[in-house]
Amino acid sequence: MKQFTNPKTIVKWAELLQPVAGLMAAILIMVGLYYALINSPADYQQGQAVRIMYIHVPFAWLATMVYGIMAVVSAVGLIWQHPLAHLACRSAAPLGAVFTALCLVTGSIWGQPMWGTWWVWDARLTSVLVLFFIYLGYLSLVRAFDNPLKGEKLAAILVLVGSVNLPIIKFSVDWWHSLHQPASVMRLGKPTIALPMLIPLLLMVVGYMSFFVYLWLMNFRAAVMERKNYLKEINRPQME
Amino acid sequence: MKQARSFFMVMIRREVRLHIGQGQAWLGLAVFFCLASLLFPFGVGPEPQLLTRIASGIIWVMVLLAVSLAWERLFLDDYMDGALDQWLLMPQSLALMVLVKVLAQAMVNLAILLLLVPLVALLLGMPLSVLPLVELTLILAMPSLALFGAMGSALSLGAKNGTGLIALLMIPLVLPVLIFAVGAVEASLTQLPYLPHLYLLAAVMIFALATLPLAIAYILRQAVA
Repeated sequence: MKQFTNPKTIVKWAELLQPVAGLMAAILIMVGLYYALINSPADYQQGQAVRIMYIHVPFAWLATMVYGIMAVVSAVGLIWQHPLAHLACRSAAPLGAVFTALCLVTGSIWGQPMWGTWWVWDARLTSVLVLFFIYLGYLSLVRAFDNPLKGEKLAAILVLVGSVNLPIIKFSVDWWHSLHQPASVMRLGKPTIALPMLIPLLLMVVGYMSFFVYLWLMNFRAAVMERKNYLKEINRPQME
Repeated sequence: MKQARSFFMVMIRREVRLHIGQGQAWLGLAVFFCLASLLFPFGVGPEPQLLTRIASGIIWVMVLLAVSLAWERLFLDDYMDGALDQWLLMPQSLALMVLVKVLAQAMVNLAILLLLVPLVALLLGMPLSVLPLVELTLILAMPSLALFGAMGSALSLGAKNGTGLIALLMIPLVLPVLIFAVGAVEASLTQLPYLPHLYLLAAVMIFALATLPLAIAYILRQAVA
């Protein structure tokens, strides 16, 4: 186990994986966009507007997935005090916030023609909005201290407490009446979405996940370098 | 165990006395709550139907805002004058001390709001029959609000931009309290079962009571270190 959690090994793997994830993202999103925009049927109710789904759903899944990742690495950082865990959390947070914002924006643009309104205060939309504010809270808390190590530890606790929101988001469409459609892919039993739509959707989802991994590793490697410099700076013997 | 209990009683009495004696905090809460709630008849117009319709929402939003006024100061004085360092040295667990501090504040706030809420509710034209329920939601919600606020207060110790930070961190997390409290009152007003909302409110309280003192204690240790 030690050899896998060695910071040097992790950074080396990040370096190796980053271009792979980038290439995967480029290919999958290109193929996925071809299917999503050209080679897939229009919905029998929603018409062409259904194509917003192919970007809205990846953003929505990433919004919650990134938070899940942040919660896991925060727990790792707090429990085992791994030196890179908080850096991994910190470098994922801005991406999660942007994906959440994009999810809200694309959902709003989709909602206008379908529901006749840009926004409704129902459980799914509200819980995602809360997730967005928690991301913002994390981002401002982690930067609020002169000592970045302290900010990261405190923000990690916030991430863990805020993670109660994740199941609320996932099940909000089942627990409360909502304009938002119920789960049609990640559910017990068969997906209720039609196969010609499911294929481009999955291509886009995996494509955007790879894109996230690419950006995350880039951020992460930059954060590791920055941290090295910071530690060197504060540990340097003072010249009198 | 017995020692912990007597410690708890002594400390909570001391904290409550301090809160009442210092005055400004609970006076500020009372004044803010009354004045801010009474702005609404001027803002949205004095029509009785409209005010009755939104009274529970006004009251609960104002309770939330009024309580959040005192969040910033909760640990700040103890942090500045070094009392917090002494807490860390005490043989009793820090989580217990946090619980005492937070519950004392919650009790004082609760006492004031229990007195003022019926008054404001009547001025806004809320039917008398739901007042006991409103008071019950206050009782169930106040420990959660105080604990989440205390967590925000602890997180912001030593931070560069304290005031806005606590609101940004904690308002999203206390939203369920607001939703379930208003939900219970609204359900009762429309003759729907309100007990589920109360159960959820109690569940939030139990979650907060069980986990947050430990989290806050950890945060305070980091803040002093």
